[in-house]
Amino acid sequence: MSKIAISCDEPSLDAQVDPRFGRAAGFLIVDPDTMTFTYQENGQAQAMARGAGIQAAETIIRAGARAVLTGYVGPKAFQALSAGGVQIVQDLANLTVRQAVERYKAGDIALAQEPNSQAHGGGGRPGAGMGGGGRGGGGGRWR
Amino acid sequence: MKIAVASGKGGTGKTTVAASLIHVWPDPVAAMDLDVEAPNLHLFLHPEEIGRCRAFMEIPEPDESRCTFCRKCSDICQFAAVKVLGEVLMVFPEMCHGCGGCLAVCPEGALRPGKRELGEIIWGTAGAAPFIMGRSRIGEAMSPPLMRQVKAHLSRIAPPQIDLIIDAPPGVSCPAVNAVMDADVIVLVTEPTPFGAFDLGLAFKAFAPLGKPMGVVVNRAGIGEDAVYRLCERQKIAVLAEIPYDRAIAEAYAEGRVVADAVPAVRGIVEALARQLQAMDRPAPKEVLHG
Ligand code: SF4
Ligand code: SF4
Repeated sequence: MSKIAISCDEPSLDAQVDPRFGRAAGFLIVDPDTMTFTYQENGQAQAMARGAGIQAAETIIRAGARAVLTGYVGPKAFQALSAGGVQIVQDLANLTVRQAVERYKAGDIALAQEPNSQAHGGGGRPGAGMGGGGRGGGGGRWR
Repeated sequence: MKIAVASGKGGTGKTTVAASLIHVWPDPVAAMDLDVEAPNLHLFLHPEEIGRCRAFMEIPEPDESRCTFCRKCSDICQFAAVKVLGEVLMVFPEMCHGCGGCLAVCPEGALRPGKRELGEIIWGTAGAAPFIMGRSRIGEAMSPPLMRQVKAHLSRIAPPQIDLIIDAPPGVSCPAVNAVMDADVIVLVTEPTPFGAFDLGLAFKAFAPLGKPMGVVVNRAGIGEDAVYRLCERQKIAVLAEIPYDRAIAEAYAEGRVVADAVPAVRGIVEALARQLQAMDRPAPKEVLHG
């Protein structure tokens, strides 16, 4: 079996799965056959205002992972992971890394077909809609 | 002179003030709506359209057949907009800031200039005033590139010596700073509520580094409390005008009318505001001693 990346915040098989993908503290890169692992920090992605998911995807692809086990994957990260041929398992929570890997090995998980988290781009419009009248929705075409 | 009308948050009456100022401005003036995510100045000024064009930004287009996956492009990109993912060269068009760095460093010609539509630029005249606005394409995440093009286009429709009133985007993030940074004076429109004071404080902090004179207009004055006034006093920023809360104002707004035109009391207030703004740009003449 090829290597798997699991989002978590410490280099241990007993760490909890971090539900965040792009903003995860790091990834345990596990060889499921031997259960040996390395830990890959995700600091570069965490520091980005946008594009953290894409950055994290690149990180785990470069680490050789062909599957990722995590909580929430946004659309751009999903696109990047799919392009890199990485299988995506999302919606994982309240599991240790070891439990998640065992479930993956047992085939007791569903591969994601689409992202389960929306993009959170450059931040919303401050205070939009507070009595602004006519705001939003591209409303009010000029004649 | 150039005046940017801004506010720490939306819905304070920023556009009402901008439209009214344009309406009463004593000298030749142009109007520019840089709130490209939700432009609405035109809904009050009702300009005659003269032209419009779509605006684009240059972004890389991948040609994978030439790519050697050397990663020079992704190493230079600060925005994760171009990546080598396994054996795939991928561009994320909406992440790209159009800096051109990747195009410059690619040794293989595997990235070619392509484009992303930012939105449109529309121009015309509102009475005697040249008018220009931008409107972002729905789904476009970045405002400043379009705003820069709107500003550049202004020089084609308005003579440089006339005054300019800018309707800036609300808030204190990058687009708002981009809209006010060329102004001579920044007018901050707020409300006398705790939220108003909080957002005004953020705006002072965000715009102070620009080193421009700022003044405050309190809209719906009399509805709330005095935190806004205390804040202005502490920061030594003048309250230039107070527009009272008045049903007639809300009605004029709802009908898409310029409030200073529809409500005579407001007209006087905005005319006085215009005079104060002009004085802020032209410092009082030094006393000349005759003797
Ligand atoms: S043009 Fe600049 S921002 Fe866009 S992908 Fe290339 S390096 Fe990144
Ligand atoms: S710099 Fe050019 S050749 Fe190198 S990875 Fe990027 S696109 Fe491919």
